[in-house]
Amino acid sequence: MNIIEVENLSKHFGQLTAVDTVSFEVPEGEIFGFLGPNGAGKTTTINILCTLLTPTSGRASVKGYDVVRQRNEVRRSIGLVFQEPTLDEYLTAEQNLRFHAYAYGVPKGLREERISELLELVELSDRRKAKVRTYSGGMKRRLEIARGLLHRPQVLFLDEPTLGLDPQTRRHIWDYIQALRQQDNLTIFLTTHYMDEAENCDRISVIDQGRIIALDTPDKLKDALGGDVVTLTAENNEAATLELKERYDLSPVIENGTIVFTIPQGEKFLPKLIGSFQSRLVSIGVHRPTLDDVFLKLTGHAIRDQEAGFKEQMKGMRGPGHRR
Amino acid sequence: MVEVFRATWVVAYRELLRFVSERSRLFSSFAMPLLFLVIFGAGFNRIIGTMTPGVDFIQFMYPGIIAMTVLMNSVMSGLSVVWDREFGFLKEILVAPLGRSGIVLGKALGSAAVAIMQGIIMLILAPILGISITPMLVIKLIPMLFVISVSLSGLGVLVASRMRSQQGFQIIVQIIIMPLIFLSGVFFPVNNVPAWLEVISKINPLTYGVDAIRRLFLGGVMGQGGYTIGVTILGHTMTILQDMLIVSIFGIVMLLIAAWSFSKQE
Repeated sequence: MNIIEVENLSKHFGQLTAVDTVSFEVPEGEIFGFLGPNGAGKTTTINILCTLLTPTSGRASVKGYDVVRQRNEVRRSIGLVFQEPTLDEYLTAEQNLRFHAYAYGVPKGLREERISELLELVELSDRRKAKVRTYSGGMKRRLEIARGLLHRPQVLFLDEPTLGLDPQTRRHIWDYIQALRQQDNLTIFLTTHYMDEAENCDRISVIDQGRIIALDTPDKLKDALGGDVVTLTAENNEAATLELKERYDLSPVIENGTIVFTIPQGEKFLPKLIGSFQSRLVSIGVHRPTLDDVFLKLTGHAIRDQEAGFKEQMKGMRGPGHRR
Repeated sequence: MVEVFRATWVVAYRELLRFVSERSRLFSSFAMPLLFLVIFGAGFNRIIGTMTPGVDFIQFMYPGIIAMTVLMNSVMSGLSVVWDREFGFLKEILVAPLGRSGIVLGKALGSAAVAIMQGIIMLILAPILGISITPMLVIKLIPMLFVISVSLSGLGVLVASRMRSQQGFQIIVQIIIMPLIFLSGVFFPVNNVPAWLEVISKINPLTYGVDAIRRLFLGGVMGQGGYTIGVTILGHTMTILQDMLIVSIFGIVMLLIAAWSFSKQE
């Protein structure tokens, strides 16, 4: 059964088309990833699915409920963890969770039990009575995950769940996500621009400039590249590219000063190439394709990580000092 | 309907929780009214005492200051909406299965409860100023403060429903809400002022809230000296009930527009 169904969904902001006739389905129990650079339309899609935005055209449903006409039914079925923290920092962890339980009408008899259980899961039990403003970024994110699960949603939306967190915390959060999925057939919809994170998904939808340009399992996406990825640099990259095109019938692209192309059985091809190549080589390497390569191949450009880095810096500047 | 009801109580509950966990707000919020009372009261008492026959100027101002404390705190309910938007918590509220109109009502009721507490605290000053208060007066005061506070909270949330930043909200407070408070007869009787000022003051719905509270405190002496220090319209002197009716109508209109505006936002 498909728990999320999206059909020709579009969202315009004035002249800008943030989401452009997107269609996809997510079966129950799947970890489904939206992979793409910042500004690709990932968050806009999530905001439509979680009823915060109204689509310009097209339709979407969660658990069979229409996201425009049956908002409260949709809201009850989903849990959310946004990019930016949405906690009340002046309340304690416990108070934040209790507010959520009241807001979703969690039955009184289950409330305290679930709060304790989830705080245990995200390892915040010992800090449950501390004000959230004393928490670190990773602790806040963990608390938000716990909160998103408090009303037992069928779908958990995670918008860049690990943005701005250190590698150790990122791994930790992924452990929770995996454990949750196994526990109660939870469907997880996440967005990320981290390639290694996208590998954890059952299926990935690659999105760029508001459009889905590929949708498959990580392995199939990589297989579709047609073999191994060879990266090489030459003394004259232009001449080398030309030679690869003309003599070897390849379609290389230059990315950050490196020539990249794909070829079946790369290990066997390399000796042949080195033996007969006319241009002078500086370095050469071969690897199994990664999602980075998939993205590069599909869009002609890499996911701009420097852009993400800048965004995280901006977030850091908007620190607790600005808050009352 | 269930969603609206639950929204009302859960949002009001959080307002109170925030108030209890931030005790400094309790003191900061009535510092300014107190300052006005002490400085204006002491400074103007002798000069304009004649404008308020039957009562000291400071006694005249005191009920107005109680109203002002409540008014200022009610407006802050709007500021808390803007805060919630800026620091993200509003999203948590907006994605929950809660009725939008209930969120507005909850904000208004929660901040009204806080504002009433702060108004009541101002009563501590009464004995010092030589104003007698009876338990009956306090019992009548509470529902009056409630109506005034909910009404102005409605205005606060209405403004906040379209505001993206605290700075923007502060500007609106300064160009709309502060004038409303200053022109509500807190500092002078609105019958004995230039005509333009009298007209503006009498259009201002807050004037009737201030008048009602003043009547409650000074009812017996307000008609002395040939003319009243209370509000009159075309020769008719307003009663407390009529005053409160005007404030209630204003409040209901504000809450309805606020609920509409809040549910239309993206």
